[in-house]
Amino acid sequence: MDLLSLLVRSIFVDNMIFAFFLGMCSYLAVSKSVKTALGLGLAVTFVLVVTLPVNYLLQTKVLAAEGILGIDLTFLSFILFIAVIAGIVQLVEMVVEKFAPSLYASLGIFLPLIAVNCAIMGASLFMQQRIGLEPTDPKAITGIGSAIVYALGSGIGWLLAIVALAAIREKMAYSNVPPALRGLGITFIVVGLMAMSFMCFSGLKL
Amino acid sequence: MSLSKKNKEALLNPLSINNPVTVQVLGICSALAVTAQLEPALVMGLSVTVIVAIANVVISLMRNTIPNRIRIIVQLVVVATLVTIVSEVLKAFAYDVSVQLSVYVGLIITNCILMGRLEAFAMQNGPWASFLDGIGNGLGYAKILVIVAFFRELLGSGTLFGFNILNYDAIQEAGYINNGLMLMPPMALIICACIIWWQRAHNKDLQEK
Repeated sequence: MDLLSLLVRSIFVDNMIFAFFLGMCSYLAVSKSVKTALGLGLAVTFVLVVTLPVNYLLQTKVLAAEGILGIDLTFLSFILFIAVIAGIVQLVEMVVEKFAPSLYASLGIFLPLIAVNCAIMGASLFMQQRIGLEPTDPKAITGIGSAIVYALGSGIGWLLAIVALAAIREKMAYSNVPPALRGLGITFIVVGLMAMSFMCFSGLKL
Repeated sequence: MSLSKKNKEALLNPLSINNPVTVQVLGICSALAVTAQLEPALVMGLSVTVIVAIANVVISLMRNTIPNRIRIIVQLVVVATLVTIVSEVLKAFAYDVSVQLSVYVGLIITNCILMGRLEAFAMQNGPWASFLDGIGNGLGYAKILVIVAFFRELLGSGTLFGFNILNYDAIQEAGYINNGLMLMPPMALIICACIIWWQRAHNKDLQEK
């Protein structure tokens, strides 16, 4: 039940885009068609689910004071997290290229760019904060299981947000927007309105 | 000291017609998240300025020795080191602000402004020009943060830098109420959209077809 609650909360309440604005750059750049948005969303979810447990183990077993080294090395977490993320993205890229060339071709440049997507790094940093929370807190990450669930929820939330925006932008191509707002401006306003509607989930309890 | 025309452009263009946030669409994540109050927004803007400037100089000095295939990793390591230093300095000297900024200090690593400027400018230009470009882009980013934070803090909580501006009985009795929605995430997007709107209405070249 706790895991289900964590999953639902991370999809709707703590949505990466609408509550924390993480991964906005690729979110705005890639949301012009539903098809590529879906591909990128799935790739982000996948990379999140792979990297977050690795960073969780790194944080609790190596960097924390009670880890195997016995020294508090948390100040190294930025460098290690980004190295893990960049390494895994490289690995995923090579595996996808080898075994699913068609998917590789359709994702193109976006796959390597996931390494610098704030949503991935942000999830790892939020995970680092949430380890210290009381186990009764619905946001707490208490073990590797909840780390995976949190990664999955954050990824699905991001996927949902980018597909929804891409769908709206596809329709919006036919509307008459004031010239100065065309493109970036109106997209910001649409995302703002979507974020407002997502605020209604904020009291959600399971 | 006078600057050559090219260096002047590298410094000043990002402040207006080539602003990293509103025109290049880089570094939006943190620009929106830390702007509920002026103080963290200003600290964030200055941190990014320092990091972009130093990272630009370091990468520019190394640009001829970095193998092309692994340049992203090299850039990430340089940036991550600088961000770690800034984060530790903030924790030591401005602890309250560093708590408010929470994960967004760490997220400077993945801030697209850094990678964008390193790739687009520092890899091709000398250290002095790269330094100016870094300062310009950092300040352009800080400028947007401060404008958004000014409106959000003033209209949302009636204060500026934590000082009371609008929370007086006379104003409250006249019917003015602070708008709590301004402190919520959606309004950051909408204020940013208004800045873009204003800028593009004044500068027709920037409008998209």
